[in-house]
Amino acid sequence: MTTDAATPEIRPPRLDTGPVGWMKKNLFATPTDSVLTLIGLYLIYVLLGGFIDWAILRATWTGADGKACSWEGAGACWPFIWNKLGLFMNGRYPDAERWRIYLTYALALGGLVPLMVPGVPGKLYLSLYMLLVFPVLAFVLLTGGFFGLPAVDTQLWGGLLITLVVACVGIAASFPLGILLALGRRSKLPIIKWASIGFIEIVRGVPLVTMLFFASVMLPLFLPENVTFDKLLRALIGVALFSAAYLAEVIRGGLQAIPRGQLEAGDALGLSYPQKMGLIVLPQALKLVIPGIVNSFIALFKDTSLVLIIGLFDLLGIVQQSVQSDAKWFSPSTSTTGYFFAGVVFWIFCFGMSRYSASIEKRLGAGDRR
Amino acid sequence: MKFLIKSGLVVAVALAGSVSAVFAQTKTLDTVKARGTLNCGVNTGLAGFSAPDDKGQWGGLDVDLCKAVAAAIFKDPTKVKYVPLTAKERFTALQSGEVDVLSRNTTWTMSRDTSSGLNFAGVNYYDGQGFMVKKSLGLKSAKELNGATVCVQTGTTTELNVTDFFRTNKLEYKPVVFEKLDETVAAYNSGRCDAFTSDVSQLYSERLKSPKPDENVVLPDVISKEPLGPVVRQGDSGWANVVRWTHFAMVNAEELGVSSKNVDEMLASANPEIKRMLGKEGDFGKGLGLENDWAYQIIKGVGNYAEAFDRNVGAGSRLGIARGQNALWNKGGQQYAPPIR
Repeated sequence: MTTDAATPEIRPPRLDTGPVGWMKKNLFATPTDSVLTLIGLYLIYVLLGGFIDWAILRATWTGADGKACSWEGAGACWPFIWNKLGLFMNGRYPDAERWRIYLTYALALGGLVPLMVPGVPGKLYLSLYMLLVFPVLAFVLLTGGFFGLPAVDTQLWGGLLITLVVACVGIAASFPLGILLALGRRSKLPIIKWASIGFIEIVRGVPLVTMLFFASVMLPLFLPENVTFDKLLRALIGVALFSAAYLAEVIRGGLQAIPRGQLEAGDALGLSYPQKMGLIVLPQALKLVIPGIVNSFIALFKDTSLVLIIGLFDLLGIVQQSVQSDAKWFSPSTSTTGYFFAGVVFWIFCFGMSRYSASIEKRLGAGDRR
Repeated sequence: MKFLIKSGLVVAVALAGSVSAVFAQTKTLDTVKARGTLNCGVNTGLAGFSAPDDKGQWGGLDVDLCKAVAAAIFKDPTKVKYVPLTAKERFTALQSGEVDVLSRNTTWTMSRDTSSGLNFAGVNYYDGQGFMVKKSLGLKSAKELNGATVCVQTGTTTELNVTDFFRTNKLEYKPVVFEKLDETVAAYNSGRCDAFTSDVSQLYSERLKSPKPDENVVLPDVISKEPLGPVVRQGDSGWANVVRWTHFAMVNAEELGVSSKNVDEMLASANPEIKRMLGKEGDFGKGLGLENDWAYQIIKGVGNYAEAFDRNVGAGSRLGIARGQNALWNKGGQQYAPPIR
């Protein structure tokens, strides 16, 4: 018996490998699977097909006003978006000064991107830049009135600019405030404790709309004649305080999850209260509640639309204003197109935030994985 | 708690009252002149009345009134700071001094004129409830709507007006009511009703947004009174005069055939009425606390009433609203201005 001849190599049946095999295994394994797959494909076809039909095939691509989009069965009205893009992005900010907005965005990205990408050196300087230098630069650039820059009244701000300013200031101000409130609520000093509880419970008990409305309608009545308090500033303060109250409770959840032993270990080492909190408790607690914090931030980002209540036009507000009131662009599809555009922009930002938080969790949580 | 809320409200109302009382003693015109800009409260967005264009510049019939007041005071229609106000904010903004004049499609009613520290300074647009129907029905008048189904928004005066209209004319109709305006419009567009009723200016907007604008017509009948006009704070009649006569100057200019295009030639006109209006004769501007060429500046900077109407809501705009009630008094409408004399 000769054993030289190797057993001929038998390849698996062609239907079990490659894309066909993958489909057979994952999509058509059982009759139920097959039916579900077919239903799913049909739904995708209907939804996506309808969307492509609306957004591309039946869309209007060029035109100078709504008449161009007013034909029977017209889909998306894209020229509306092209023509209004400057308005949607910057509001009524004067054309000649818009470079200041773009420069501010560039300065923000220049600080944020290296800060967010792991492995880039100089994080300490970058953080200092973002926390101390950038806010001053952004304020000077956007409002003007210094160094020969013409002042731009906040009445003229609008669109994505307002959305980003309210969201970023809200996030930046509410985070430290939230931490302080969370620590305050757990403090043993009665005045601090009760002040924190009172603030959190009062602010959480009132809808944001009410706070904004109060700031815009009631406040002017209490102020002396001709003292007008900038509307945007009112909104910023309202949003920051509101967000801080919610964030405080999220962070308190993290603080409570840290075992007592950690603090006692700190005591044993002779650390002071700020050292214990800053070096031991907070880093662990904040890491635990990243999903909750990001959740709050995403909610805050979307809540910015409520500033419409007090006559500030964020992205959604300005789209809505154009859709409802610019007779030049009236057509059956203008409003759908406008709201679709606003939805896509909001989604890009919110999805970006959630992806970034997922990547931080992954990085920070590498040691905890079981 | 209830007591607290109530007393809070009382305090707020008392404060509002005292604030407007304080304002009554100061001259708004002097404040505006000293500030160098007019603060004008406008709608946050209403087609043809106040809406930002592609570049974000405010335009519209109500906005043109702000521009006209600024032109009369500063000889420059651009010296206006527009304050977009929601319906709820508008009166507080006026009472607290945040705006000098409210030019925001506000209906002149007795309760508003008498009770809340407000003073109406004229009517720059006569609105009223009307009907939009499918062109294919071939109707000429709302009186032919016997037996029609009518889409109407519920809980509004619109609903009451339409009931009254059909009852007084002894006509049958079937109302189809909806909570929201959008739903009402959608139902009409999908063919659930023969007619849709709302304010005429709104009907023209909705017509443009409908899938087939050319197949809908707005009937000429107007069944309710909605006089829209600028509002100022009560107690400063000098300022109210400035705003009132700004509107009157535009109407008089239309009547006398003076427009932004020919106003310079008209300066040489021999017509005594034109001479008085343009400040060539008499001291009419001084009486308002302005220069004597105040009306010339309004016409030069903004135009007469016909120009403003056509540009923003009339034939020159996409809305294409007919002059109707807003035609001059001698052309079958109600726009009537006292003479400058």
